[in-house]
Amino acid sequence: MDYFDIFIGILGSAIRLSIPLLFTALAGLFSERAGIFDIGLEGKMLVSAFASACAAYWTGNAWLGLMAGIVVAIAFSFLHGFASITNRGNQIVSGVALNFVAAGLTIVLGQAWFGQGGRTAQVPGSGRFTPIILPGADAMREVPILGPLYANVISGNNILTYIAFLMVPISWWVLYRTRFGLRLRAVGENPGAVDTAGISVSWLRYRALIVTGFLAGFAGTYLAIAQSAAFINNMSAGKGYIALAALIFAKWKPVPVMLACLLFGFLDAFANFMQGKSIPLIGEVPVQIFQALPYILTCVLLAGFIGIARPPKAGGVPYTKER
Amino acid sequence: MSLDLPKEIEPAIELVGIDKKFGAVHANKNINLTVAKGSIHGIIGENGAGKSTLMSILYGFYHADQGEIRISGKPIAIRDSQAAIAAGIGMVHQHFMLVENFTVLENVMLGAEGGQLLRKGVASARKELKRLEDDYGLEVDPDAVVEELPVGSQQRVEILKALYRGAEILILDEPTGVLTPAEADHLFKVLRVLRDQGKTIILITHKLREIMAITDTVSVMRRGEMVATRKTSETTVEELAELMVGRRVLLHVEKGDANPGRVLLSVRNLSVKDARGVTMVDNVSFDVRAGEIVGVAGVAGNGQSELLEAIAGIRKPASGEILIDGKPVAGIDPAGLRDLGLAHIPEDRHHMGLVLKFEEYENSILGYHRDRRYGRGAMLDLEAMRKDAEEKIAKYDIRPPNPRLKTANFSGGNQQKIVVAREIERDPNVLIIGQPTRGVDIGAIEFIHKRIIDMRDAGKAVLLVSVELDEIRSLSDRILVMFAGKVVGEKTGDAGEQTLGLMMAGIAA
Repeated sequence: MDYFDIFIGILGSAIRLSIPLLFTALAGLFSERAGIFDIGLEGKMLVSAFASACAAYWTGNAWLGLMAGIVVAIAFSFLHGFASITNRGNQIVSGVALNFVAAGLTIVLGQAWFGQGGRTAQVPGSGRFTPIILPGADAMREVPILGPLYANVISGNNILTYIAFLMVPISWWVLYRTRFGLRLRAVGENPGAVDTAGISVSWLRYRALIVTGFLAGFAGTYLAIAQSAAFINNMSAGKGYIALAALIFAKWKPVPVMLACLLFGFLDAFANFMQGKSIPLIGEVPVQIFQALPYILTCVLLAGFIGIARPPKAGGVPYTKER
Repeated sequence: MSLDLPKEIEPAIELVGIDKKFGAVHANKNINLTVAKGSIHGIIGENGAGKSTLMSILYGFYHADQGEIRISGKPIAIRDSQAAIAAGIGMVHQHFMLVENFTVLENVMLGAEGGQLLRKGVASARKELKRLEDDYGLEVDPDAVVEELPVGSQQRVEILKALYRGAEILILDEPTGVLTPAEADHLFKVLRVLRDQGKTIILITHKLREIMAITDTVSVMRRGEMVATRKTSETTVEELAELMVGRRVLLHVEKGDANPGRVLLSVRNLSVKDARGVTMVDNVSFDVRAGEIVGVAGVAGNGQSELLEAIAGIRKPASGEILIDGKPVAGIDPAGLRDLGLAHIPEDRHHMGLVLKFEEYENSILGYHRDRRYGRGAMLDLEAMRKDAEEKIAKYDIRPPNPRLKTANFSGGNQQKIVVAREIERDPNVLIIGQPTRGVDIGAIEFIHKRIIDMRDAGKAVLLVSVELDEIRSLSDRILVMFAGKVVGEKTGDAGEQTLGLMMAGIAA
């Protein structure tokens, strides 16, 4: 295997690993731009993964699995909204609480329904999103450079992958070209401006959270029935937090969010590849070092290498009218 | 108590028997008010008199418990801001309701986008802005980002927002607090144009001079009641002040000549940078002598705050020297400076002067808690602290006279008195003061000003920073004007307002 093949291999794997991050970071983009910190992305991913696995297993239909994942994630969004918008609770506390609820609930329900220690049963092929071979992939394979890239990186992904990348321009368009987007960005910066313009701050923020739930539902579904074929305990494994880091790294903008997620996905894929391999002159390096790379990178980048990341000004602050 | 209007003038807005309670606080008591169409009506009153509550009711932020609002003679219900906008009421808030990283155009459009997609609205908003600019002299670049605009322009954006939504009645809440004298003049010019084109303007302020300068009629509020309405041409500043406070007020500070002694505070080539590394104080030098008050005038944000903080030991200077009574104080922390005889009344009592959740007696020794009088070692002597607090309460007439009350429950003026009492009662040699009367009512202003003069007459050095030019002029023996971090000039205490105003705007030196 020459270096180019290795590179293509890592790249393909990077794409697959970055998709849940991308959906989740875009989900976070909508809530945070509306001024609601959502540390609960992790939990939303987890419950939607569980819900989609259950629904896909029972119905044998992947799309019904996706719908279940979305509905449950939106329901969690509403809980977060009820605590932090309606009752003006602390958004971090609410988000962390929901993460705990998600972790516990999925295991308890999973054990009760499937009796496999919190796992769901194996989802049959019809209930999963399987790779799609794009037209001409096999024919292209022999073309130098572009061929393998097309056949192994661009082609051969499941439909959710393509939807994820499609969501990037759509998110951009919604945020910057629609009335909803203008108001959403405004409410994250100065809810007073929105309120005095005669627009309901609460309803606007709830709508942002619905979008968040919708996108987080895709992320969970991808984990459970596209990347794997069942729900496994704690299968989100901190991806929700990494997605948040990507969001900050990308300064709360859609296209940079995509690039940040791809970078984190690439580091993840690279870590997997380096497992058990030795580096010239250094020898075998513990795989943990590579696994830690995304986290180290996050710390280093956030420590100032990306310039000042200015979060939405009203982020984390419940809105109360003066006095 | 409404004004008798000539028959041919129709009322733009009428408030009939408006009543509003917040728990035990009776914020508005049976308010009646009539404002004629095409006039500028001032509403004046001390902090907490209920002006803002009344306007918030008019703008749909609160609902009146009782009473009726009529617009052009028709009773309407203002359930929310949307309804107020629909009724042709526009509001320019004291703290601008602008999205700072949006462009002017986006801010103006927000809430009136004209459809789900922005594209069409952008074009028509641009055209409408141009028209408003031509009609009223409100020139602002529609593509400028709001946070990069000077404050005066930001305010124009607020006015444009209201006009864009078709406001016929414009309410301005303390509009000149953040403006330079020149910007304020420009605002008044705009308001006159608006009035002459038939708009009705309600101006809320606590500045008597503004009322006299621009309004046609004026109403005075005191403790939730509308106590009087006058034609501006038929009243005087003295009468209005008396109506506001309920007793005679000394508007002019009486003070004798200064007797400057030796230099107590000396600042040499001081430069200070802010957190972003921007130079905020740029090579500033001056002296303050015993027995004189030196005022620092300037529009907010020209380095005065950083100057104060550097002298108080809170912010490290980038270069230069500060000497107290001839002794360099580099590297001494605020507690050490207090021991050297420096007292600091900070600009923002909520963030720096007080812990609002503390009880009054706790705040009245804040920063001096290591003093032997208030305890030994790790233990505080609560008894001694409270006794001390009670003495200060009596001496400074702090109300309510309860050292166990939470500080947040005192009015702004009384909170400020707690800070002033704490710092002055230490009998410091050098007193540095930032915005001594911001958000303080007239009665307390008079009191605090007297205390500052007393300090001077007792031979102390006083450095006074204030954005209120009137305050600087009436207290200071010498005036330094700061612009863009530099001291651009020094004048005697009797310098004219116009001279100082031009210097503050960086136009003259």
